[in-house]
Amino acid sequence: MMTATTVPAKHRRKKRQDIVFPIVNTIILCVLMFVTLYPVINTVAYSFNDGTDALRGNIGLWPRVFSTKSYVSILQDSAVYEAAWISASKTVIITLLNIFWTGMLAFALSRREYVLRRFITVVMVLTMYINAGLIPNYLLITRTLHLGKTYWVYIIPTMFSCFNMIVIRTYIGGLPDALVESARIDGAGDIRVYWQIIFPLCMPVMATVALFVAVGSWNSWFDTYLYCGGQKHLHSLQYLLKMKLATTQASANAAKTSADALKSSTMTTPITIRCAITVISTVPILVVYPFLQKYFVTGMALGSVKG
Amino acid sequence: MRNNKEKAIAIHKKSVWRRLGDQWQLMLMSVPMLLYVFLFNYAPMWGWLTAFQDYKPKLGLTGSPWVSMKNFAWLFSRQDFLNSIRNTLAMSIINLVLGTITSILLAVLLNEVRNRTFKRTVQTVTYLPHFLSMVIVVGMAQNIFASNGAVNNLLLSLGLVKEPVFFLGEGKYFWGLVGVINVWKEVGWNTIIYISAMTAIDPCLHEAAAIDGAGRFQRILNVTLPGIKSTFVILLIMNIGHLMEAGFEMQYLLGSSVVIDWSQTIDVFVMNYGISKQQYGVATAAGLFKSVVAIILLIGANTISKKLDEDTLI
Repeated sequence: MMTATTVPAKHRRKKRQDIVFPIVNTIILCVLMFVTLYPVINTVAYSFNDGTDALRGNIGLWPRVFSTKSYVSILQDSAVYEAAWISASKTVIITLLNIFWTGMLAFALSRREYVLRRFITVVMVLTMYINAGLIPNYLLITRTLHLGKTYWVYIIPTMFSCFNMIVIRTYIGGLPDALVESARIDGAGDIRVYWQIIFPLCMPVMATVALFVAVGSWNSWFDTYLYCGGQKHLHSLQYLLKMKLATTQASANAAKTSADALKSSTMTTPITIRCAITVISTVPILVVYPFLQKYFVTGMALGSVKG
Repeated sequence: MRNNKEKAIAIHKKSVWRRLGDQWQLMLMSVPMLLYVFLFNYAPMWGWLTAFQDYKPKLGLTGSPWVSMKNFAWLFSRQDFLNSIRNTLAMSIINLVLGTITSILLAVLLNEVRNRTFKRTVQTVTYLPHFLSMVIVVGMAQNIFASNGAVNNLLLSLGLVKEPVFFLGEGKYFWGLVGVINVWKEVGWNTIIYISAMTAIDPCLHEAAAIDGAGRFQRILNVTLPGIKSTFVILLIMNIGHLMEAGFEMQYLLGSSVVIDWSQTIDVFVMNYGISKQQYGVATAAGLFKSVVAIILLIGANTISKKLDEDTLI
């Protein structure tokens, strides 16, 4: 009797929950998507707005006075082209080098019979937790190795990341052991086994790691700031943007009234130009990343648990 | 048979050097990176000696005069260094707590979505900010939180404030601002690990709970959340090891001289004193202090995790 009365009550409650919950959930997630995208769309709207008009602020999701002047003036600026070339070339070189070295290292450390496996693994993993710090690194790179003020400072210090190595190693660990063993029995050396059998099978994880490395390199500004600030021909796109950010911020701090803002706007970078460079420097990432989504999701899950 | 066994024993008995010799190809693949890491990650640790010197670039590490603990004494007598310790810990704890709660919440909500296309769309959108550079994120934040920006407009139109709030110009807002921007940037990305833990939960558990009459909320509380407990614990322990890393780029880019008492983390302090003011000894001492605390935290976290019988960090 007791159960007979309680069960329908539970059923009713469950049903109401099952109808209400998905609706509320969908609304929450839509709001979240809006909040995530708003600053991005806002930036695009600013970049297509007229420069003087934009000083009044209050631009939402659509430009108030449409203008492509910002883009035209950027595309006539040779500094932007040079910076884009520096950013693109260093990104490609670093990504290839990382894939080359990190992949081979991960393969070697995935082999259980390798004598140095444990030693090298510990040495590598410790780098994720302990580093010498900014000043010792700065002194090493500028004073000992004399890499400062050269293009090499973008390439040489960023050739390895332990997190990426763990992601690849975990992926290789998931491949059947028989692949390596049978190739070894056929007389192939480890290097050949890796490049001919393992590497082609690792394309998904290599795509993930390539994305991580490429995004990191493309987005970096601090290396330029630290080592190549005075070398105009070595400025990266993000550093260019950082400098524009600084001038805009300074003028915003100084400007108490809108009249001041108008006056200073002639000397500093208008917000529209800054937003246009932001858009230009983000487009390459936006084009690439949705296609790699299914790969990096697995990659992240692999690396984080093991790391 | 016997022959094979003997062979196996013989291989096993080969000296380490012989086995290394046989593995020269593996060494060729791994030792270059080992040397690389020694050069770029371990060799600079010699530079820690600078912390005990009055370092002069002209004299170098060997020629600069030794001052024992003077740099550390100077640091701890400075209010701005003490502030930066406080700021570092405060911001990383805010980031940790806020970041963990929001990403678990979002992961739970995403896990309940049945429509695959919608789920994927939400994921693609929320992962996006992770790929934006800090320069861009800070630029956007300056637009959004400006006195005529979107947040102030919203607050004004809702009548919550009478005058625009100077989010960027007052120190008391800085920690919260960093917390909010970090959540905006990373919340989607951080769900990846939790969602993969949730998909590993046996669906039978959900079905059994549903048959027993558990509603959505009860299933979330009693099946989903216990299912990600071990992931949560591992990530929490790892993050304790990273407690001294409150971030550098955001504080450096978003902060200004007006809010420096609240924005300067240890990393920013090192940058300001070491690179801008060229006081290498003091800045290295600050960095070394940070590293030592980080190592202590790491060892502590590792001990806790061993006690909890979870995977160790290394």
